Amino acid sequence: MIPELGQFAIALALIAACVQSVLPMLGAARGNLVWMRAGTATSVVQALLIAFAFGVLMRSYIVSDFTVLNVVQNSNSLKPMIYKIAGTWGNHEGSLLLWVLILALFGAAVALFGGNIPNGLKARTLSVQAWISVGFLSFMIFTSNPFERVFPPPMDGNDLNPLLQDIGLAIHPPLLYIGYVGFSIVFSFAVAALIEGRVDPAWARWVRPWTLAAWVALTGGIALGSWWAYYELGWGGWWFWDPVENVSFMPWLLGTALLHSAIVTEKRDTFKSWTILLAILTFSLSLLGTFIVRSGLLTSVHAFAVDPERGLYILGLLGLSIGGSLTLFAVRAPAMEGGGLFAPISREAGLLINNLLLATATATVLFGTLYPLFLEAMTNEKISVGPPFFNASFIPVTLPLIIVMAIGPFLSWKRADLAGVLSRMKLLLALVVLATLAVWYFTTGGPVLAVVSMGIAFWLIGATAMEWARRVKLFKADAWSRIRRQPRASHGMTLAHIGIGVVMMGVIGSSAWKEEVVAFAEPGTQVQVAGFDLTFEGISEERGPNYLAQVATIKVERAGAQITTLYPERRTYPVARSTTTESDIRQTLAGDLYLSIAEPAAEGSEGKWVLRALYEPLVNFLWIGSALLVCGGLLSLSDRRLRVGAPRKTRAPVAATPAE
Amino acid sequence: MRRILFFLPLAIVAFLGGVFLWGLQDGRDPGSIPSALINKPAPAFELSAIDGVGTPGFAQSDLASLEELSLVNVFASWCAPCRAEHPLLTRLAEEEGIPLFGLNYKDKADAAAAWLEELGNPYQRIGHDLSGRVGIEWGVTGVPETFIIAPGGTILYREAGPVVGDGMKRLQKALADLREDYP
Repeated sequence: MIPELGQFAIALALIAACVQSVLPMLGAARGNLVWMRAGTATSVVQALLIAFAFGVLMRSYIVSDFTVLNVVQNSNSLKPMIYKIAGTWGNHEGSLLLWVLILALFGAAVALFGGNIPNGLKARTLSVQAWISVGFLSFMIFTSNPFERVFPPPMDGNDLNPLLQDIGLAIHPPLLYIGYVGFSIVFSFAVAALIEGRVDPAWARWVRPWTLAAWVALTGGIALGSWWAYYELGWGGWWFWDPVENVSFMPWLLGTALLHSAIVTEKRDTFKSWTILLAILTFSLSLLGTFIVRSGLLTSVHAFAVDPERGLYILGLLGLSIGGSLTLFAVRAPAMEGGGLFAPISREAGLLINNLLLATATATVLFGTLYPLFLEAMTNEKISVGPPFFNASFIPVTLPLIIVMAIGPFLSWKRADLAGVLSRMKLLLALVVLATLAVWYFTTGGPVLAVVSMGIAFWLIGATAMEWARRVKLFKADAWSRIRRQPRASHGMTLAHIGIGVVMMGVIGSSAWKEEVVAFAEPGTQVQVAGFDLTFEGISEERGPNYLAQVATIKVERAGAQITTLYPERRTYPVARSTTTESDIRQTLAGDLYLSIAEPAAEGSEGKWVLRALYEPLVNFLWIGSALLVCGGLLSLSDRRLRVGAPRKTRAPVAATPAE
Repeated sequence: MRRILFFLPLAIVAFLGGVFLWGLQDGRDPGSIPSALINKPAPAFELSAIDGVGTPGFAQSDLASLEELSLVNVFASWCAPCRAEHPLLTRLAEEEGIPLFGLNYKDKADAAAAWLEELGNPYQRIGHDLSGRVGIEWGVTGVPETFIIAPGGTILYREAGPVVGDGMKRLQKALADLREDYP
C-alpha cells in the first residue's frame, strides 16, 4: 500500500507542475498578481509531494520491502543500513526521483527565499522550472516507475553493486545532482529573462547566488567522485577522462565561466547575451550528462541499465528544452547588448579572456567525449578517445588561463594599467622562478612541462595571496578590522583561486612524479618503491556483513626503520557475485603510499598475488584544493550582498576597491 | 550578419541532436568492437577432440575444404550465456541446414562432456582449446562468440555475445544477406 502512495504523490506532483507551468506565466503576461503568486504555492506543494515519494522509496529500502522491483534489483537484507539508504539513489529510477526532488527543491527555494525578486520575473522563472519538472516527472511515470511491484516477491534482493557500497559514493550522487540540477534554476532565470526581454545588473545579482550554490555542490560532487575512484578502484588514478566524468566536468567548466561573466553583467551591465547563453548552455550540458548516462550512447564505466526507449524520451526532452531556449535566445538576445564600454586592458577584458578560455576548454572536452560517436556515424569506425587527447588539448588551454587568472584580480574595471601591475609583481615573479628552479633541482625525471606547470601554480597562489594582502593592507595597522569589513565574496574569491593553484599542484605531482611497481607477491616477497621497502607477510581471511575479505599484511620500512603496516583487501560479495579492491593508503602531505592487491589471472601462479604499490606525490593537495574551492564558494555565498536585494534599475556603483 | 551569429548555438545543438538520434538507433551497441579478422582467412589451427566426446577434433583444413557457409561457435561449459543460446543455435543450424563447428574455450574435458551430454551436441566437429591459444588467434574477446565462415574458410561475420534476442536477429540477418553472395 505504501509504495502506491509514493506513486500517487508523483502523479499529484505532475499535476501541480502542469498548473505551475501555465498559470504564473499567464499571470505575468496579464499582470494578474494572484496567478503569479500561485507559482509559489505550487512549487512548495510539488517539492513536498516529491519529497514524500522519495521518503516512501527510501522506506522501502530501509525495511527491505522485496515486493518493490527496484529494491529487489538493488538491495539485499544483509547490506549495512547506510548502503540500504544509499541504494535509494544507486539506480536509474531512484536517482531520477532524486533528480526531480532536487529540481523541485530549487524551485521551492526560489519561491520561498526569492522575496526580493520582482513578481513577474519570479513567476516566469517558476513556470520555466515547472516545464522541466513536467518533462522529467512524466519521463519517470511513463518509462521508469520506481514503485513497480513484483509478484511473487523473492526471498532476498540482488544486492547493490559492491563498488557502490562505499561512503564516498553514497554522498557523491546527491552532491553531484545538487550541482547539475541546481543549474536548472539559473536556466529558468535566463529563459524567463529572455521571455521578458530584459536583462539588467539586478537580474545578474539574483542569479549569482543560485549559480554559486550549484557550483559549490558540483565542485564537491566531482571531488568526491574522484576521491572514490582513487581509493576504491585500486588503480591509484583519480581521473580517467571517462565520458561520464567529462559530462560532469563540462557543466563545471562552463558554470565557472558563468559565475565570472555574471559578475561583469552585475557590475558593468554588459556581457548580457553571453551570460544568458552561458546559463542556458551550462544546464544544457547537465541535461546532456543525464542523457549520456542513461541512454547507452557511449561506453562508460558508469552507465545505468540502459534502454533505447528511455534514451529517445530524454533526447526529446533535450531537444525541446535546449532547442527551445536557444531559439528564444537567437530571437531575443540580439536586442540585449549595450551597457558599459571597456578598454582592451581592464578587468572586463580579463574576465572575457577567462570566459573564452573556459569555453574553449569545455568545447575541447565535449569534442573529445563525442568524437567516437561522430566518427562512428561518419565512417562506421570505432575508436575510443583517451587521456593522451585530453592532456594534449586541455593543458594548453588551461595554462594560459591560470597565468591570466593570477593577474586578473589586480586589474581595475573599465581601464587598467597592466604595466603598473606587472612592475609590482616583479619581486613575486623572481620568487616564483626561484621556487620553480628548486622544484627542478629536487625532482628527478618527469617532463619539463611538469616543472613549468608547477611554476605557474606557484605564480597563481603567490599572486592571489599578494593581491589579498594588498587589498586588506595586511602589514598596516588595523588589518584585522579591514579584513572583517571587506565583503566576504572577495575573501571567497581569494580562497577559491588559491584552491585552484593547490589542486593544480596535486594534479602535477601525482601524474608527473608518480612511481609504480607491480609484482607477483607471495609471503616473504620484498618490493621497493620510492624509497620504501615493502614486505608481503601473507594473506588472512576475514568476514564482513555481506562479504568475505582476503586481507594482505604488508610491512612498510624506510632505511631499515619500521614505518607502518598496511592491509589492502580483496572483498568478495557472494550475493552480487563480484569482487572489489580495498586499497590501503599511508597518507602524508608529501605523498601517498598506495597499496592494492589482486588475484593473478595467469595459470600456474597459485598462492601468488598481484601487488600494486604506488607512490603518488602531492596527491592530497587535490582534496585540500577542492576543499578550498568549496569553502571559497560557501564564504562567498554567505556574503550579505548576495542575500539582500540590489537596488533596481540603478547601475551598481563602481567600488573604490574592486571587490571581485 | 550579427543576428545570424546568434543562431549559431542552435545550429550546433541541432547537429548534435541529429548525431545523438543516429546513436540511439536500434541494435547499435557502442561496446561492440568489430573483429579485425573480417574478410580474412581463418587463422591456422589444429585442435584435438574433447576427451570422452565422440565428435572429432577441429582444424583450419576443415573450414578450407568446405563448399558452403558454416558457423563456428565459441563456447564453454562455465559460461552461462552459452547455456541460454545453445537451444537457439541448435535450432538455427538445423533449420538453415548449415554446418556448425564448436570451439570449446578454456574448458575442462569432463565438464564439457557433461555439458554436451545434458544439452545435446549439434556440432559437426569440436576443437578442445584448453589453453585458449586458438581463441586468441581468432580474436575472441569473450564467450560466447559466433562466426560465419565462407566456403574456403574466410571469416565473414562475427557476433560477440549470445545469439538470443537482438543477437539472434543480427546473426540471422547477416546470414540472409550472405546467402545472396554465397548461394
